[in-house]
Amino acid sequence: MAQTNTETNKTNSLPLKLVVIGNGMASIRTLEELLQAAPDAYKITVIGREPFGSYNRIMLSPMLAGETTQEEIMIHDRPWYEEQGIELLAGDEYEALHIDRSNHQVQLRNGDKINYDRILIATGADPIRLPVPGADAEGVLCFRGIRDVEAMLERSRDGQHAVVIGAGLLGLEAANGLVKRGMNVTVIHRARYPLNRQLDKEAAQLLQRELESRGIEFRLGVNTHSILTKPDDDGNQEVISLKLDSGEILPADMVVMATGIRPNIELAHNSGIECNHGILVNDCLQSFDPAIYAVGECVEHRAVTFGLVEPLFEQARVCANHLASHGVASYTYLKPATRLKVSGISLYSMGDYDLSPDKDGDDIELLTLKDFSAGIYKKLVIKENKLVGAVLYGDTVDGPWYHELMRDERDISRFRDGLIFGQEPEDAA
Amino acid sequence: MSVMIQQSRKIPTRTVDTICAYCGTGCGIKAEVSEDLLEVQGHEQHPTNFGRLCSKGSNLNETMDSDARLLYPEVDGARVSWDSALESTATRIRKIIDEHGPDAFAIYCSGQLLTEDYYVANKLMKGFIGSANIDTNSRLCMSSTVAGHKRAFGSDTVPGCYEDLDHAELVILTGSNTAWCHPILFQRIKAAKEAHPGRKTVVIDPRRTATCDIADLHLPLKPGSDAYLFNGLLAYLAEHGAVNTSFVDSYCNGFDQALAEAKASCGSVALVAEHCGLTVDTVDTFYRWFLETEKTVTTFSQGINQSSSGSDKVNALINCHLATGRIGKPGMSPLSFTGQPNAMGGREVGGLANQLAGHMELDNEQHRDLVGRFWQTDNLAPEAGLKAVELFQAVDEGKVKAVWIIATNPVDSLPDADSVRDALESCELVIQSDCMDETDTTPFAHIRFPALGWGEKDGTLTNSERRISRQRAVYPRSGEAHADWWILSRVAQHLGFKDAFNYQHVGEVFDEHARLSAFENSEQAVLRDFNLSGLTGLSREQYEQLQPIQWPVLEATTGTERLFGDGVFFTPDRKANFIAVTPRLPENSASTDYPLVLNTGRIRDQWHTMTRTGLSPRLSAHLPEPFVEIHPQEADRYLLKEGSIAQLKSKWGSMLARVKITDSIGLGQLFVPMHWTAQFASQGRMGPLVNPVVDPISGQPESKHTPVAITPYQGKWYGFLLNRQRIDKSALETIEYRVRATGQEHHRYELADSSQEADWDKLQSLLGEAGELLEYRDSTQQIYRAARVADGRLQSVLIIAPTTKLPERDWLASLFAKEQLEEVERRQLLSGKPPAGAADTGPVVCACFGVGRNTILNAIEEQGLDTPEAVGCALKAGTNCGSCIPEIRQLLTD
Repeated sequence: MAQTNTETNKTNSLPLKLVVIGNGMASIRTLEELLQAAPDAYKITVIGREPFGSYNRIMLSPMLAGETTQEEIMIHDRPWYEEQGIELLAGDEYEALHIDRSNHQVQLRNGDKINYDRILIATGADPIRLPVPGADAEGVLCFRGIRDVEAMLERSRDGQHAVVIGAGLLGLEAANGLVKRGMNVTVIHRARYPLNRQLDKEAAQLLQRELESRGIEFRLGVNTHSILTKPDDDGNQEVISLKLDSGEILPADMVVMATGIRPNIELAHNSGIECNHGILVNDCLQSFDPAIYAVGECVEHRAVTFGLVEPLFEQARVCANHLASHGVASYTYLKPATRLKVSGISLYSMGDYDLSPDKDGDDIELLTLKDFSAGIYKKLVIKENKLVGAVLYGDTVDGPWYHELMRDERDISRFRDGLIFGQEPEDAA
Repeated sequence: MSVMIQQSRKIPTRTVDTICAYCGTGCGIKAEVSEDLLEVQGHEQHPTNFGRLCSKGSNLNETMDSDARLLYPEVDGARVSWDSALESTATRIRKIIDEHGPDAFAIYCSGQLLTEDYYVANKLMKGFIGSANIDTNSRLCMSSTVAGHKRAFGSDTVPGCYEDLDHAELVILTGSNTAWCHPILFQRIKAAKEAHPGRKTVVIDPRRTATCDIADLHLPLKPGSDAYLFNGLLAYLAEHGAVNTSFVDSYCNGFDQALAEAKASCGSVALVAEHCGLTVDTVDTFYRWFLETEKTVTTFSQGINQSSSGSDKVNALINCHLATGRIGKPGMSPLSFTGQPNAMGGREVGGLANQLAGHMELDNEQHRDLVGRFWQTDNLAPEAGLKAVELFQAVDEGKVKAVWIIATNPVDSLPDADSVRDALESCELVIQSDCMDETDTTPFAHIRFPALGWGEKDGTLTNSERRISRQRAVYPRSGEAHADWWILSRVAQHLGFKDAFNYQHVGEVFDEHARLSAFENSEQAVLRDFNLSGLTGLSREQYEQLQPIQWPVLEATTGTERLFGDGVFFTPDRKANFIAVTPRLPENSASTDYPLVLNTGRIRDQWHTMTRTGLSPRLSAHLPEPFVEIHPQEADRYLLKEGSIAQLKSKWGSMLARVKITDSIGLGQLFVPMHWTAQFASQGRMGPLVNPVVDPISGQPESKHTPVAITPYQGKWYGFLLNRQRIDKSALETIEYRVRATGQEHHRYELADSSQEADWDKLQSLLGEAGELLEYRDSTQQIYRAARVADGRLQSVLIIAPTTKLPERDWLASLFAKEQLEEVERRQLLSGKPPAGAADTGPVVCACFGVGRNTILNAIEEQGLDTPEAVGCALKAGTNCGSCIPEIRQLLTD
């Protein structure tokens, strides 16, 4: 049926109707690519839960840290959508509740139904809340959107103590922002060192040292027992402290949970679209329903789900290519490099950075460079003369080059000696 | 050139005319001292160098490091007073002489001594101890020339002078790498050649040395075949009617025998070419040029002398000059270039074991009588003493039980040097006089006397052209050091020879030396070539002001440029002697086990055993390590790569050296420098390899020809360490191959070991604890690099790898002079390579594409970028996550 529609519309030269569910970075990048590739192919409606135009979510950390403002991080304000002839439906009342795939309609919370020829789902991901007592109290926050930043800023004005659960990228960025806002911040983390999913121990320790020097305290190798609360004037439970399973109690005017994200697949799942952890898509970013595409943190592609911006942009490019009926792009996943958006800290990790000859066999080779006093640590992981992973701390200039070498599976044996110093002889290319 | 001198030497500004410390050229120096600075430059009025100085002389100021000096007398390892040291010395010498006779005592001294020092040493031994067991390192240097001169001329007389080089139309340099070993004379030859196109230079040397730069003809003859070449020349000259028969007939003896022998051994150019491994054309050209060119000077050096037939070679060469009458006339003469600054002075006082004094002979009754009366002694040594090599063999055999080593380092410089070491180890009494605290001879010394060094010494010396010049003190003595003449005469007095050694001033010694030379020196009495009658009775003031002058000096201020031009010689019949020479090849020839022939010699920027030049960073930069030169084909055959380490072995010893592959050396030959000692290199001494074979007449060792084998050194690891401070020797002792060199504000250590894997942590501990540690590890490739930086200043760098492929040392070494490492230098430090194009990108702005602040600023400037988008187009910066755009905008605003 969708096929018939397409053909009909093509012959009539009428634009197809594209409904974009989600107004985040993935969907906007897809639209930008699409508008460039086929400006008149679709009549577009964008549905967004937050009542803004689109903004650069990556910049929430600098915003929290007071290094930039909301205006600075906006990607597109409302006039842009008008200029592009896009209908923007932003706000809770427009939340898409269901996709009626038989009738090619999207049902919104306000009762409206919009027709579609194609759908692009980019509903992103939701933060995971730990299921501990007190987790739903006032003052227990996540770090996901502008509203979360606003809530944190609000609380930081009067509160003294913040506890951040999770020393991942987001948790550390939140902690850094809150310290800069004048709070006493303690980060608690299950693993023995921060960013254990992105760094090895040496780099993590350098990072910890740097963050500690900025005033962040760490409790590592601990779990949250519960969040202790007291009723506020309105009778709501308000966070007062956090208890660790060790029994230690940390005072808290705010608890930020940064313990990971979960793809937001509720709409897709409820609409009968095939999902696993995320919405299952093929190499064209097409779901099991050929009229429905999906990009971003809500998708699962070849058993991988996503949380960093680079793969999203690549998905956007591929997806737009197919939406524009060019049909030549194919999405392949390259594990992106990790960076921390904390000003003054350079950190870069990629690939299988944590392999070692001791636990992973003799074909794993390590190159290391340490200048701890200068805050520099680099480790490159080599396997069969190819770079397969790296951790860089303090000097990340060569990160992108390493990423290219890894992606292109270049044989590095000819310039191995200068590799960690960023030296590639001209004749090695 | 100027350099800081140690505080204690602060003295008022003054200028001193003096003489260079190094080779036999004898260049004049103007030394300016102001407060704690010493500046050295060539003396423009000195007739030897006219203002020029070579690299070694120019850097004398870098060798004045007081830390390296021996400052106080020591007995059995303990510092003592001078009185105590002198008394101990005299007592112990006396005891040995009393028990074993005077021949159980010996002095081994040096061409580094000034004439006055030498005179006293010789007088003490031959006149008062009553033994001729005094020899000198000049034995290793030019004793074959002494023998050759005496046989030909009846005296050890250099007939010509440097000025002949200005006049000569053909200069033959044989067995002399003049460019490196006598650079100022080389420059002089070169300048004359440039001023007079058509003049020719011939270089005779198995190696194509730097001297060949000015050669119109190079004869890369087979090592040791020189006598064939000159015998052949004599035969050629006779055959072509080029013999100056009137000169030969009037002034010479023995021509016919010499020619007969020459014809017999080298009767044709073809035969000579075959003997010498040369082409017929080359030999023919050389002979023709010699024949055609009246004004010919033949200079010769160790390539002729250091041979088991060195004396014969000297005479074969002189024969050709006698045959053509080209001797002692402007622009024509044989001219020996001596190696040491005062080898000539040593010869003049009689410092060799077979001389008496003042160019007189031990075995000449007239001479003995004359000297005995002059010295007022009846205890003259009865016969010739032991020559250097024999002397230490006698020490080894226990015949000589006490040896006084003065200003030389026999443990390094003598052939079969490990045997010398063993001999000293077992010697009952070893006395050492030296200005340096640590030499390879030091460990064996029971008594040590601190001697004055260059800059402190005061006296005279004689250069290769018989020119006597004053070396003057530039500043006061270090510590309690004394002049060698003072030490020797004080010991003599303690031995009981009070009156004969009661010198109060160095000028008194010179005067006695001059008076002895003049004593009964006449045709009627005992005529000698060496005569300083014009310099006797000088006042202190006159001695102080003495200007450079060539002996013989019969009247004050009038020297003698040339001798023998008149055909009058110092033989009994006043005629020169042709010596019939039967060419002999070196005693030990290459064999299956030792298939290559080892040649040894000097390099440009080092002197002898490096006690001084090794202190200079500038001089140590050119060739910082012992090396072995080998022909490319031989390198292939013996599996040696450029820059690898090779082990050389002879029947007598072994050494390790860095491989330098060059076709400037012939097939079947190797060359190693003579300079390295155990103070600088664990196994870089060449002395132990050299065969203890000597010329039967001169006793000079055949240091330029030893059969050896060469194999690759199989290091398990290689590396180098640059350290701001000198590293304690004991910390390095377990490392098999180690070479130290002095760098600008650092010390360089080249390292390798074949016995054990590199222990990175242990090696890292050599860097000490001070400062911040930087480390690079590549475990698989076994590459380890570490450095320490303190207060932003580089303290040390260590580089370890499993092969000799290591980073260049230059850039790393240059960083030690910097007060602060730049950030980019620190980051690239352990790569060992300078940052490419000094591309300092600055702190990262765009982390996604790794674009730095400076890169962006440069692009903004150069490309006139005005928006973040434009910057993005140009550099990709900010086009991914965009988080750096505010910063880029800020940069645009700024």
